[in-house]
Amino acid sequence: MPEPTASVSGCESSMTERAQRDEPLVEYAKTLLSQLESGDALEAMNTIANLHHARDQYLFQEVGKLTRSLHESIKNFAIDTSRAGTKVHDEMSRMQDASERLNYVIEKTEQAANKTMDMVESTIPVSSQLGDRARELKPEWQRLMRKEMKPDEFRKLTREVEQFLEFACGETAKIDSNLSNILLAQDFQDLTGQVIRRVIQLVQEVEDNLVNLVKMAGTIDQITGIKHELPEQTMADDKPDIGPEGPIINPEKRNDVVSGQDEVDALLSSLGF
Amino acid sequence: MNKNMKILIVDDFSTMRRIIKNLLRDLGFTNTQEADDGNSALPLLKASDFDFLITDWNMPGMTGIELLKAVRADDKLKSLPVLMVTAEAKREQIIEAAQAGVNGYVVKPFTAQALKEKIEKIFERVDA
Repeated sequence: MPEPTASVSGCESSMTERAQRDEPLVEYAKTLLSQLESGDALEAMNTIANLHHARDQYLFQEVGKLTRSLHESIKNFAIDTSRAGTKVHDEMSRMQDASERLNYVIEKTEQAANKTMDMVESTIPVSSQLGDRARELKPEWQRLMRKEMKPDEFRKLTREVEQFLEFACGETAKIDSNLSNILLAQDFQDLTGQVIRRVIQLVQEVEDNLVNLVKMAGTIDQITGIKHELPEQTMADDKPDIGPEGPIINPEKRNDVVSGQDEVDALLSSLGF
Repeated sequence: MNKNMKILIVDDFSTMRRIIKNLLRDLGFTNTQEADDGNSALPLLKASDFDFLITDWNMPGMTGIELLKAVRADDKLKSLPVLMVTAEAKREQIIEAAQAGVNGYVVKPFTAQALKEKIEKIFERVDA
């Protein structure tokens, strides 16, 4: 067993690996050189064949590694491990699962918005009515305070005030209950937050897996000498896309967007609006 | 401003249509109808006599900007006041909408006040 030649003190594992990988090649090269110098052409041919073989061996190993990590990645993409043990887990791809989770977010937020609007719509007439009846009573009450009221008017007013108080007690209870229902309707935030966090995690895992695959494939390219003509402009080629983009989540980092209604108004007025 | 004018609200999200409808009701406009994208809005506009169109931009099917262009290209509808209420906030898009003949542009998220101002401004000009 030859000792690693390129061993540096505290060397990184990749250095050791490389040294081990290159060791046979170095040996073969030395042998080849001495064989050629001593005019032993036939043996030299054999050594070249051995060199070739060593390269092929190494290539097979790397292709094997690539295939394994490809399988690993496909497995990771395809199976939701959190569902392992349940029957659906085989069919349930994590991508599909992520779409379902996001649809759940849309549903939940829509339900919450509708429930809140239901409650608001049923509260507005109640509070308007309370206000209307208070406004009706106020001038009568002021007449009483100014002692402008006749006894029968006063009796009528006390009846009206009593009815109003009765009405106010009942209706404010309704408003209270609607308000606490509005409060409860906000519970979606916790649920959708958790779901979205999981999807973010999946996206990150997918990205990591893809980066690993690209690295693996890069190693193969290095040994085989394959060069890819990569179209560099895929990212740089950002010709103005005017299609709909939805809400801008980072207007402060972009200079092609407005950050609010004031800027819209300023832009439109600069166009003569 | 005629409070009884007929208004079409176009947005793919029913909650947003409902919000706009409620805000319009608070402003006194109760004669509203709804559509969920340009494809369903255009036949409604052509078949009936709407006074005002409020539309989102980003919708599946026919988008708001396509709807605006279709409205301006239609002889019967070309002078219909159109207010865009949208999350689309790129300068180019606002310019494109202006060039296509939009009457007002409200960017989401918006306030009741902003919606009210834009509607009033549009009808000040239309009535003038």
